Amino acid sequence: MKLNRRQFVGASAGIAASTLAAPSLYAASHGGKPKVVVIGGGAGGATTARYINKDSDGAIDVTLVEPTRTYYTCFFSNLYIGGFRTIESLAHSYGGIASEGVNVVHDYAVGVDRDAKTVTLASGDTLMYDRLVMSPGIDFVDGAVPGWDVTAQNKMPHAYKAGSQSELLKAQIEAMPEGGTFAMVAPPNPYRCPPGPYERISMVAHLLKETNPTAKILIADPKEKFSKQGLFEEGWNTHYSGMIERIGPDFGGNNVEVNPDEMTLTIDGTVENVDVCNVIPAMKAGVICERAGLTDGNWAPVDGRTMVSRMDENVHILGDACAQGDMPKSGFSANSQAKVAAMAVRGALTDSKVFPAKFSNTCWSLIAPDDGVKVGAAYEANEEKIASVDSFISQTGEDAALRKATYEESVGWYEGITSDIFG
Amino acid sequence: MKTLRFFAALMLCASQGVAPAGAAEFVDPEDGAQVFKKCRACHAVGADAFNRTGPHLNEIFGRRAGSVEEFRYSDGLTRMGNDGLVWDIDSLDAYIENPKAFASDTRMNFPGIKDEGERGDLLAFLRQYSDSPANIPGAAPTATPHEVALSDDILAIVGDPDYGEYLSSECTTCHQLDGDNDGIPGIVGWPEEDFVVAMHAYKEKVRPHPVMQMMAGRLANDEIAALAAYFGGLE
Ligand SMILES: Cc1cc2nc3c(=O)[nH]c(=O)nc-3n(C[C@H](O)[C@H](O)[C@H](O)COP(=O)(O)OP(=O)(O)OC[C@H]3O[C@@H](n4cnc5c(N)ncnc54)[C@H](O)[C@@H]3O)c2cc1C
Repeated sequence: MKLNRRQFVGASAGIAASTLAAPSLYAASHGGKPKVVVIGGGAGGATTARYINKDSDGAIDVTLVEPTRTYYTCFFSNLYIGGFRTIESLAHSYGGIASEGVNVVHDYAVGVDRDAKTVTLASGDTLMYDRLVMSPGIDFVDGAVPGWDVTAQNKMPHAYKAGSQSELLKAQIEAMPEGGTFAMVAPPNPYRCPPGPYERISMVAHLLKETNPTAKILIADPKEKFSKQGLFEEGWNTHYSGMIERIGPDFGGNNVEVNPDEMTLTIDGTVENVDVCNVIPAMKAGVICERAGLTDGNWAPVDGRTMVSRMDENVHILGDACAQGDMPKSGFSANSQAKVAAMAVRGALTDSKVFPAKFSNTCWSLIAPDDGVKVGAAYEANEEKIASVDSFISQTGEDAALRKATYEESVGWYEGITSDIFG
Repeated sequence: MKTLRFFAALMLCASQGVAPAGAAEFVDPEDGAQVFKKCRACHAVGADAFNRTGPHLNEIFGRRAGSVEEFRYSDGLTRMGNDGLVWDIDSLDAYIENPKAFASDTRMNFPGIKDEGERGDLLAFLRQYSDSPANIPGAAPTATPHEVALSDDILAIVGDPDYGEYLSSECTTCHQLDGDNDGIPGIVGWPEEDFVVAMHAYKEKVRPHPVMQMMAGRLANDEIAALAAYFGGLE
């Protein structure tokens, strides 16, 4: 099968070269090498580009399309808000990946022609591919929070894509009047980083406890339950007693409206004046997936065994954008899926060995200084979905030494995963 | 890196049929008092014992590693304690036999006691200064851990480093290929057998740490061998 494919690549060279109408037939023919285009240089895309390039020893041409020159990790951006990291420590450049031989193009993909197998960039350039990999992360669902759209993101930041949004949110919290109110509109499932909003609440509480201890935190939440709830609530009681109020769907936390000009948050008809409003709207796959016609509802369905799109066998989709089954949308998951996708792509384009897909995820969260917790699981893919096969979670009532070790482990993990993603 | 050697040592015995893993025994407390002279320069035990160069040894059985307050332990022992290592007859036996093999960065500057009988004497002596099961209903401070008995067959598996390289991508999300040791231990360049034994010890939940128990738990024997071959071959 793999060999056939290879012969086909070779055999088709003449045809592709001779007919302009079908540049799609084999992009490979142009440089003699199969071509892979990766859209999105985040946790999923950068890892995939790196691994395909590294493991194929130059047998595959890899182009990574990413608009920004500096990627700020969302992971640990809450710790930046809490004052445990600098913003610079979250920044990563593409120099390492480029020096390993990946062709890094700083541009934005605006369209995919799946018949022609080309990607169109904002600059007007087109890239041909034999296999396309997409890991564009998330975008927000229009109209998800009445009164809010992305034009309001400076007044009411989401800080769910890291960088200037994270800095803005932190600055707003620091500028809150004494005894003021920080509000969060939490997102409905599924969304990027299930414990993320609650780790953020912990970090905001820590910052306020130090600088503005009479301030209040209000969460409007459409979900009955949330990730690591027992652990977070225990920690909030211990460290931030009386500061945090969460309004769940029973009390109208699912019925909210905001007014960015007036700085109000209306929960089930009751208007609250707030000083900072962190709106985290419902999410969907990065818009390029929709434009490429690869979504079903808000997400792009894939076969977890190869991360290949259910709608196009030449396109692999991974990370937050895809619907794969049981894995949470996390950087760890995206990195794990990237390795399976990279192996599948190499297997399809060269004669490299393909092994059964395995995935794992661990999400650490920091609740207060040296009070870290974690949750994780291992996964395998079947034809239907990626299924959880084993899991663990930190326990309530753990002693301080273990919590400190868990936090230190997360710092080690950050170093590990970022060098795995960016080289 | 060598922290895991003790499992290797136990395993080798097991596979050679010398003694099954977890076979340390209490022998003679009176002879043990003589052996303890080797320890006395640094460790105190008994009424009023306090920390000296080394921590006091009262209640050492059933105590979590690295947990005596105000004593500064090496990072390695502290980490093992945080991961759940509780001193019992087998872990103490392995530690005393070769401290640096058990915890490579241990501050216990002592070559170890190679004679099994002497160790048995010493442990019997120290045992008198810890609660006995009779004092703690339901507890068994001298209980032996679940054994990791690796057969020759498992140790003989020749790992495929190519497969190991693919599988390793699950490890490198946390463990850095440059061998960095902060927060998460480095695993590059381990002797293959140590690696195999350590992974089986996690798999059978003898070694603590939930993430590693889960990761190792679903690795087949040949996959562990493949990973050992790959990481062992890295510089
Ligand atoms: C506050 C917060 C805390 C988090 N904490 C953790 C954590 O502790 N652990 C963890 O594992 N995960 C965490 N996450 C989740 C993690 O950040 C995401 O799950 C991860 O980044 C997903 O990777 P991805 O590749 O799918 O998307 P991203 O990392 O978002 O990368 C997508 C990239 O694609 C680019 N892109 C988008 N559209 C296009 C286009 N059309 N053309 C070209 N490029 C495009 C974007 O610029 C971006 O760089 C956290 C997230 C948040 C918000």
